[in-house]
Amino acid sequence: MTTTLPPSSSNAPPITQVGPIAWMRKNLFSNWLNSLLTVIILTTLLNLLVSFLGWATTTAQWQVVPANWSLYFAGRYPAAQFWRLFTVLGLIAALSGLTWGVLVRNVPKLFDRNVLIGVAIVAVITVLLPTPLPYRLVLLGIEALLLGSAWIGKKIGRAKPVVGQWLPFVWFLSFFVVLWLIAGGFGLPTVSTSLWGGLLLTVFMSVVSIVLCFPLGVALALGRQSSLPVVRWLSILYIEIIRGIPLIAILFIGQNMIPLFLPQGVRPDNILRGIIGLTLFSSAYLAENVRGGLQAIPKGQTEAANALGLNPLLVTSLIVLPQALKISIPAIVGQFISLFQDTTLLSIVGIIDLLGITRSILANPQFIGRYWEAYTFIGIIYWLFCYAMSWGSRRLERQLNTGH
Amino acid sequence: MTQFHAEPSTDALSEVRSEPMIIAENVEKWYDNNFHVLRGVSLTVQKGEVVVIMGPSGSGKSTFIRTFNALESYQKGNIVIDGIRLSHDLKNIETVRREVGMVFQQFNLFPHLTVLKNITLSPIWVRRWTKAKAEEVAMQLLERVGILEQAHKYPGQLSGGQQQRVAIARALAMQPKIMLFDEPTSALDPEMVREVLDVMRSLAKSGITMVCVTHEVGFAREVADRVVLMADGLLVEEGTPEAFFNNPQEERTKKFLSQIL
Repeated sequence: MTTTLPPSSSNAPPITQVGPIAWMRKNLFSNWLNSLLTVIILTTLLNLLVSFLGWATTTAQWQVVPANWSLYFAGRYPAAQFWRLFTVLGLIAALSGLTWGVLVRNVPKLFDRNVLIGVAIVAVITVLLPTPLPYRLVLLGIEALLLGSAWIGKKIGRAKPVVGQWLPFVWFLSFFVVLWLIAGGFGLPTVSTSLWGGLLLTVFMSVVSIVLCFPLGVALALGRQSSLPVVRWLSILYIEIIRGIPLIAILFIGQNMIPLFLPQGVRPDNILRGIIGLTLFSSAYLAENVRGGLQAIPKGQTEAANALGLNPLLVTSLIVLPQALKISIPAIVGQFISLFQDTTLLSIVGIIDLLGITRSILANPQFIGRYWEAYTFIGIIYWLFCYAMSWGSRRLERQLNTGH
Repeated sequence: MTQFHAEPSTDALSEVRSEPMIIAENVEKWYDNNFHVLRGVSLTVQKGEVVVIMGPSGSGKSTFIRTFNALESYQKGNIVIDGIRLSHDLKNIETVRREVGMVFQQFNLFPHLTVLKNITLSPIWVRRWTKAKAEEVAMQLLERVGILEQAHKYPGQLSGGQQQRVAIARALAMQPKIMLFDEPTSALDPEMVREVLDVMRSLAKSGITMVCVTHEVGFAREVADRVVLMADGLLVEEGTPEAFFNNPQEERTKKFLSQIL
């Protein structure tokens, strides 16, 4: 006797295998030990969260943050010149918007649900910021500018895809405009670098160091793989020496010893010396990250490119490097994140970055003892920047993934 | 499968077959660990000729054809490709490589570029063609190898057989005078071998000079002008497919054929 099972009437999996309850049963309460651990960990986390929120809403005295708003963000930059910083912010927002629009020009809907939610959250936070009303309006305007230029960027990108190739150049030029706006000269009142500080200085030094250390690191990685012995030895020497010295030592050398070697009266800018130290330091680590990527490229790739008659320069720049950099994105961005955090060390050698300005705020008798509030605040700022970088790197990886 | 239509000039010359495209004389090579991989191999390939090289693994056959476009250097002997001598110090390699296309066992497509860009890369950068011209030629080649519709995909999205056909189109885009095939079907699933062999077969009939390292006996019988056996770094026997497969002279050849047939 044979029995035929009736065909299942539905193609969906049984309800017991999907949905939040099934997920929890599988991942949190699969056996008694896991259930116990789940309960213990959840209770602990909940306790911590409740006590933190309790502190943040009752005991904490947050006025240290709004009272020093401008110090946190721009250091002792003269208030009369703040419009220049807002212009910089606007310029960057416009360029970012354009770039975003051009990059996603082929997506049917620019402002999809996720983007709209993000925009709404940022807008609400901006409105709630404890700053004078004009600043909030300017910030809202800058956000609108970002969205507007994204829309324009998409239109332009659709009409003329060539524009995409101009964007890196425009970004490069914009750096000098930004530098001019912040530092002054050529018609604007000069603002000495000794007045730059806070988040402005942290971001400025990070961006410049990142932009400078990237080509240097790639060059060192290629140098280390070179078939020319002298180039190879020099690259190895540089990388190994720098990796053997702590960053703080390099920064001290930059701040205290470099002036001794230079002729009297020549004193490179403090901030410039900080940037050089950070760049030289990070490029050695970056070189090793890129080298890892270079070594992961199969030999067949070079052979195929050679067989097609490409010369070594073209083989490296068109075939090997693009693939190697793609593989190394997580490591490279990791290095950028450490570089961003390493800028805090500059507060030890007398540069007033975000951490440095926080320490001087806490030295003000009015805010004595407000450590928790002040440091929590900058902690959140640092986290936001680092998380943005790692989110960006994941997006980039997904974008460049050409597999299945 | 679309047939390759020979250029009129090659067609006329292929009948004559008196112009040597590849001359290898007593080529010797040692690897870095002093292994004597090529122990004096000589082979002359005439224009339009199709030569199949067979042999057990480790016999040096891949190494031998890789010396023709200088992917491997050699220490003794002489190699002349289309009248250009490949010196031991590999000075004129880029001139030679432009005239010699190569297809690899592992395809070696560039995974970060689309199929179309894989093919147009070298014509644009080495031959200095305009993008429009390179793309036009590339599309024609893709049509010939039967995968026109895959032009804008990435290699990772194609099957092995399709990838190998792209690799053939990529090599042909440089309009080489010689095509080298290094075990082009060995890394393929059995059902994909045929589509690649079909392309190679019609290519062979178009009159291009071809040297193939392969174990495909059917292919060798049908299109080869000569079949060559290499073993232990030496050329053991060569002859027409008829003579080579039906009436081998050397013991080594008989032993090899008994293992693969």
